[in-house]
Formats: sequence, structure tokens, C-alpha cells
Amino acid sequence: MHRQTYADGILPVKLIMLGEDMAKAKLDILYPCPDTIKINFSGQWQTGRQIPSRPDIEKLTQDGAIRKLQFESNGLTFWDSSVVVFVSGILKQCEPAGITVDQTGLPSGAKRLLTLASAVAPKTGADKNSDADQFLARIGDKGIQVHSSILMTFEFIGDLTLSFGRLIRGKAHFRMADVYELLQECGWKALPIVSLISILVGLILAFMGAVQLRLFDAQIYVADLVAIGMAREMAPIMTGVIISGRTGAAFAANIGTMQVNEEVDALKTLGLSPIDYLVLPRVLVLVLMMPLLCLYSDLLGLAGGMAVGIGMMDIPYIQYLEHTRQAVDITDFSIGLVKSVLFGFIVALSGCLQGMYCGRSASAVGLATTSAVVIAIVYIVVADGLFAVITNMIGI
Amino acid sequence: MHNKTQTKTVPHITVSNLTMTYGDYVVIRDLDFTINRGDVFAVMGGSGCGKSTLMRILIGLKSPAKGSVHYQDVNFWEMSESGRNKMMQRMGILYQSGALWSSLTLAENVALPLEQYTCLSKNGIREFVTLKLALVGLAGFENYYPSEISGGMRKRAGLARAMALDPDVLFFDEPSAGLDPISAKMLDDLIIEIKESLGATIVIVTHELPSIFAIANNSIFLDTATRTAVAAGDPKKMLKTSNNPNVIRFLTRGDKIAKQ
Repeated sequence: MHRQTYADGILPVKLIMLGEDMAKAKLDILYPCPDTIKINFSGQWQTGRQIPSRPDIEKLTQDGAIRKLQFESNGLTFWDSSVVVFVSGILKQCEPAGITVDQTGLPSGAKRLLTLASAVAPKTGADKNSDADQFLARIGDKGIQVHSSILMTFEFIGDLTLSFGRLIRGKAHFRMADVYELLQECGWKALPIVSLISILVGLILAFMGAVQLRLFDAQIYVADLVAIGMAREMAPIMTGVIISGRTGAAFAANIGTMQVNEEVDALKTLGLSPIDYLVLPRVLVLVLMMPLLCLYSDLLGLAGGMAVGIGMMDIPYIQYLEHTRQAVDITDFSIGLVKSVLFGFIVALSGCLQGMYCGRSASAVGLATTSAVVIAIVYIVVADGLFAVITNMIGI
Repeated sequence: MHNKTQTKTVPHITVSNLTMTYGDYVVIRDLDFTINRGDVFAVMGGSGCGKSTLMRILIGLKSPAKGSVHYQDVNFWEMSESGRNKMMQRMGILYQSGALWSSLTLAENVALPLEQYTCLSKNGIREFVTLKLALVGLAGFENYYPSEISGGMRKRAGLARAMALDPDVLFFDEPSAGLDPISAKMLDDLIIEIKESLGATIVIVTHELPSIFAIANNSIFLDTATRTAVAAGDPKKMLKTSNNPNVIRFLTRGDKIAKQ
């Protein structure tokens, strides 16, 4: 019997017309001879419809009396892979039981599929997860991963240092056009989002302070709170986080995709160092642009705070400005700017590092991008904590 | 473009006792072969036999676990990194995907090697770029970005970039992969044309039989099962004389199995 084929769209109609009884997949077990068992397929055998459960051959062998298995499929009106899967399951049961299987009664297409499926013996020892299932092995694997990623980071920082050396000696090759483009990308194109977040952070600081300070009738100190908060902490941290999500992620995705497309290899084989060509300009640009963005964020944050102070708490703006001027000096702004340089370095480093060591697949690029952002934010917060301790120790 | 007079028997690349590994896994061991100057040399073998890894070693992207690669008399992997970088400037490589720098136009892609390693003026570079793109049939596409052209055009643009510095040796990684038969044939013809006019040695990593028979005059066959080279020489002769069943099966697409 040949497999019946239907044009698209005809099959469901045909099935309905056949009626429920004809359409049902049926299985009969017959015993034509004392040592032979025959499996008779009939009706519609279609994946997704209900088909009979597979018989347990061991139970049917009648204590070893059955030595042969045959098939019959004359009553089959439609069949697909469901028959093949069904039969291959039976074959697996017959082999250990020592029952000879005669496949002649099967549809010829099904026989061919069965032959094709058994043509190549399953690869032995291909169970890749056998070791990983063990708890200790998993811990070991993780340990090795962490160790190699630490080594990788140091190697990368070392390469970058050498690249700086080449830059100073005027031997680093990169395109100035790339630098201009990056300056634009990390500079004025980031201004809208930095503006929005900075104004809002200024507003939030002012509101938060106002609620508490009103209790002591000391609303005017909102100006101090906003100024110190923005200059020392919030401006560098918020720009760092924004830039890591915006630019750090873009660096990782960009370099990662270049890695996937063999573009990084093409640079290497041209004798150009990818660190000089791709990483160095990005690090330089971010280290240069971050303090500017931070300063901009400072100003907008102060403006946001001032809007709350003047608009909602009726503080005269001269008084607000005067308080701000007294609250912060150049040291506070400098601390913020130094932090922002460091944060810029962290963002560029983590973005470029993840991109350079990206695997060669689409999912690897996604992973690199995510890691770049997460790692940058974690290190920004850690570095900020260290700064807080150090500035406290030296009393500034 | 320079034309070099060459005799066919001058060794250009000599690989001795080369073993390649990925971690602990040995991909290919004890490889010995010589590529003569002016050869079109095919590295053949089934998928996963180490063809691409061998190419990465030859072009300086991956160091061998053991053995040596000599370019003429120079041991490639024992040179300093800067020396190796200098040698790499004399190689042109066409990657499987073309590997054009996606942020640059075709003209900028071809111009980059020239800007880095020649003292040509801007106009000089522009003329060079126009010529190289015209050679691969892409005149007029100077200002297109790689994402704006077809796969076959990207490969040809990759070839123009590989030829930018008139290299001594050109490497091709699966040049016809992903191309329709006509584009593949055009690329083969282009390779032959370039070899004859530029006089470069050409190394092709491929499993495309029509290309192998059409253009290669020398080859090795890497065998996955034994992890070594089981045959070497002219592929057409190899087909007639080889006794290795894997080689014959490969060269006849499995139609003919060698008599044991």
C-alpha cells in the first residue's frame, strides 16, 4: 500500500467525510500460526490524533512460544510518522526477546523510513551531559570558568596597557573617522536620556529631602542635599548606568557581531591589532566623554532640584542658589568627575571585553551584551563603594 | 599590477610534522606537505576534518600544538609577533562570509589595508580601490555598504580587499559556499584569472568538487577517521590513482568505492 498524499487543505475535509469509524486508527493482534503474531493496522494513523497504545510484546509472546512477528496494513487509509514511530518501538522490544520481525506487510514508504532510521548506528559515548550531572563536577566546571574569566580579564587589561603604550609612541593604528563617530555616539546623542534621568533624579532628591526637612522647618537645606547628592554620587552613578546600558551594550554587540562575521579575524590577518583598532578608540572616547556627561548631569540635576525648591517650597531662587554655592565646592565636583572617568573606563572595558571574547553564534552575542551591562553596573557600584570609603578615610 | 616569473617547483609554504588540537582533542596529527609557488592548492576533506583549523594556522590566527609552517625559509610560528604581522600583510584572505567590515563602505574596506601599509595619496588610494573593485566586477559599487549587496557580491568584494596589497599568497575559505552554481563558477574563473595575472600562490579550503577539479593543480585530503592527510597531489590524478576508499568516495560523491 502506498502512502496517500493529499493536497494542502483537502485533508481535513476528507477526514470528516470518511466518518468517525473509518477515520479512527485501529490495531488488531492476530495469531495466524502458533509461533507467529501479526499486528494489523487499519484506519487513519495520523500524528496528533488518537492512536492505539503500543502492545507489550513480552506479554504477547505466550511464554516464549512466539518466534515471529508480521505486519498487515491493507486496512490503512492514511499513515504518517506515527506508524513508523510505533513500529520502531515494537522492533526495539523484539530484538532482546529474540523475535524475528518480517516487515513485508508494512507500507513500502514506512519500510524505507525504518531502514533509513537504522542505517547509521547511534553514536556511542555521545551523552554530553553525563559528567555535568554530578554535583561536584558542576562546581568544578564553574570554578574553572571563573578562573579562566579572571585570567581573560587580566590578559585583556594587559593588552590594553600595551596598546596605550603604542598610542603614546604614535604606533597604534585606528581610524580617526571611527573616533569622531564614537564621540558623537557617546556624546551628544546620549544627551536626551541623560537629561531626562538627571532632571528626574534631581526632582526625586529634592522631594525626598523636602518631606523630611519640612519636619524641622529646614526646607532650605534641600538645596544642599541636591547639590551634594548630585555632584558626589548621583550624577556619576546615573550617567555610568545609562551609558553602560546604552553604549556598553552597543560596544559588546558591535564587536561581538564582528567576531561572528570573522571581521575581527580579517583585522588580525591584516596585521592590525583589534585592541588598537576596536578597543582603544572606544575606551578613550568613553573616558573623555563621561566627565562631560557627568558635569552636564550635575547641572540638570541641580536644575531639577531647584524646580522643586522654588516651585513647591517657595524658596526664593537667589537664596536657593546661594545655599547651593555654599554647600558644594570644587572638591565635590572633582570627586564626581574622577568617579565618572573610572566608570567610563569600566563600561568601555566590560563592553569591549565581552565583545572580543564573544562566541561565534547569535546567542553568544546576546549573552555578551547582557554580561557587558550587568558586569559594568556591578563594578560601578563596587567602585563607588570603594570611593566612599576612601574619601571618608582621607576626609574629603 | 606586478607579474612575477616563477618556476613551478619552488616551495612556497612547507608544513612539517604539524599537529593541531582544540583543547585536548587532536584534530589532525603529523601533517607534512609542500605548496609550491604559483600552485592552486586545495585542502580537501569532509566536514569537521580540520580544514578550516589548518587554514587558521597557515594565516596566523591559531598556533599549532606541534610542528612548523615555513614560508620559504622563514619559520612562521617562531617569528616575533611583529614579524609575523609583517608576513601577514603579504597574505590575502577571503573568509567564508566575506568578513567585510560592516561599518565601512566597499571602497573603505578595500582602502583600509592601503591606508595602513602604503604611502599612497588619497587620490592614489581611490584609483587603486576603483581598479580592485573593477577587477572583481564591482565597479560602481564603491559607496555601498556590505549589508546592501548580495552574498556573491560580498565574496567578490572580500576578494578585492584580499588583493588590495597584491599579496604573495591568497587564502580562500570555502569560496563557493552559499553561492549558486553560476556565481560559484564565476568566482572560480576569477580565481584562475587572478592567479595567472597576479602570479600569487593560492590555497583553497573547500569541499566543492567542481571547484576542486576546475582550478586546483595540487591538493591534500584530510581524513576525519585517521585524523591525518591520506592523499596528496593533483586531484584529477588522485581520482585515478588513489587506493584510499575515503578519498575516492569523496571525489566521486560516494558513487564509486575504491577497490580494496
